[in-house]
Amino acid sequence: MKKKTIGAILKTGVILALVVCFATVAWAEKLSIKGSTTVLPIAQKAAEEFMKIYPDINVSVSGGGSGNGIKAIIDGTTDIADSSRFIKQKEVAMSVENGVYPVPFAVARDCIVPVVHPSNHIDDLSLKQLRKIYQGKIRNWEAVGGPDLEIVAISRDTSSGTYEVWEDIVMEGARVYPGALLQASNGAVAQAVAKNKYAIGYIGLSYLNKELKALTVDGEAASIENAIAYPVSRELFMFTKGWPTGKTMKFINYVLHPNKGQKIVSEVGYVPLY
Amino acid sequence: MMRSRQIKEILIRYVFFLLAFISIAILAMILFFLVREGVPVFDEVSVKNFFLGKYWYPTADPPDFGILPLILASLMVTGISAAISIPLGVMTAIYLAEIATPRVKEVAKPMVEMLASLPSVVIGFFGMVVVAPFLQDVFEIPTGLNLLNASLMLAFMSVPTITTISEDAIASVAPELKEASLALGATHWESIIRVIMPASLSGVSTGIILGMSRAIGETMVVLMVAGGAAMIPGSVFDPCRPMPASIAAEMAEAPFRSEHYYALFAIGLVLFIFTLMFNFIADYISHKHRQVGAATL
Repeated sequence: MKKKTIGAILKTGVILALVVCFATVAWAEKLSIKGSTTVLPIAQKAAEEFMKIYPDINVSVSGGGSGNGIKAIIDGTTDIADSSRFIKQKEVAMSVENGVYPVPFAVARDCIVPVVHPSNHIDDLSLKQLRKIYQGKIRNWEAVGGPDLEIVAISRDTSSGTYEVWEDIVMEGARVYPGALLQASNGAVAQAVAKNKYAIGYIGLSYLNKELKALTVDGEAASIENAIAYPVSRELFMFTKGWPTGKTMKFINYVLHPNKGQKIVSEVGYVPLY
Repeated sequence: MMRSRQIKEILIRYVFFLLAFISIAILAMILFFLVREGVPVFDEVSVKNFFLGKYWYPTADPPDFGILPLILASLMVTGISAAISIPLGVMTAIYLAEIATPRVKEVAKPMVEMLASLPSVVIGFFGMVVVAPFLQDVFEIPTGLNLLNASLMLAFMSVPTITTISEDAIASVAPELKEASLALGATHWESIIRVIMPASLSGVSTGIILGMSRAIGETMVVLMVAGGAAMIPGSVFDPCRPMPASIAAEMAEAPFRSEHYYALFAIGLVLFIFTLMFNFIADYISHKHRQVGAATL
């Protein structure tokens, strides 16, 4: 009796697996997208809508980070790489070695916003003040017009795209001091700042919520409307293997279309480019 | 009939050999991979600067690859968590094996073991959302994401390992030893401390070491609650960045086969050597203090 049941389960399993295999082969071309978790919401939503229009293309989206996405382009294991930074010289060299020519498409703009605990009455910091705070030169909120509390600076791990933008624009190459706390994701920074009245952190525009107070930088507020004037912003990219053709081209066209993909970009909290 | 049974026997032996061989082969391949991807970092940075450098700025230009703060953070977190979890775990084990009534034991032991089945991300989240604000308020410190918080959470995680293995060791001490001790007029407490504990020392130590090696290798918890500052911690209230947290936080974004990537693998190698050492120590103690028979004590 028992043997029979196991046999039956095995058979059903094998048949199901075969059916699934045939179904995917017969039904859909595959398009795989991989990379930055910052770009992930755009890619995810765009893929869902895209598959409604092109049911014969099966889009699979995964995260893993900008570095991993570009690595996958170099290895040829993905069709499109999401990245929150531009490709590095070294990575270009490596892909050319592999016979791959990565082509960048800017798909959106992201603003990185300094945030503090809502109980903090500071509203604005200059780029210079931000830099000094993250260099560990300003250690007390009083020095920038706030309450007499120690500053707990929360930064992102050094290889995240968000950190690189912060390092470029705010730090201007200076180092974040070793005593700054490091969190591994936008969500973790938001969580840590919301729970700590001493803290300052920085996150992507789409991660703002009611438990955080967004600061203006040099008097400019971070918002979708004000993205060009706001100083701490960056472009988000999708990279393809060579100039895109076929299914890849269809997808890129979809993402860049002002009424389709770019609408999704603003829905998920980033700034559309077209 | 006879023949087919023999063939079956041989077949089974080979299948088992193959399975055992596969797991060893996989371990060897992982080690090979770690070495291959980790060692090239020493082309960029000297061994001394790597292990004794005080600054970890892997993406700066020029980069600094000093992992001393990370090693110290790992050791301190493990040490403090051991200082909490060893007394807690061993005493719980003594209570369960010697003092608790069978009914209490029936309920309490599975509950302690259940603690081991809590996913580490849940413990990390608990530490971040509940323990961190609590520590911050109680000690009036700027951040609750610090060495102490990480140690507490890791202690939570190693207690079940220590308790389960110690309890088994204590419970398996030959009953005649305890009976002899009681018959000679020793109290229950004296019997536990003077007779049962020494007899079960090897098992208890194995439990402690395995608990500690779990703590040093744990990633998610330290990533979430240790604070992540790559500095040499000056007090238990300072944020710190143990080795696994660094690897987990940075690996996803490190450019493939860059110095940073190699450095992270080298950290993995260091971590592997640490846990390997813990395992060797556990193995050594359990062999050295193995109880051979009641008469030898």
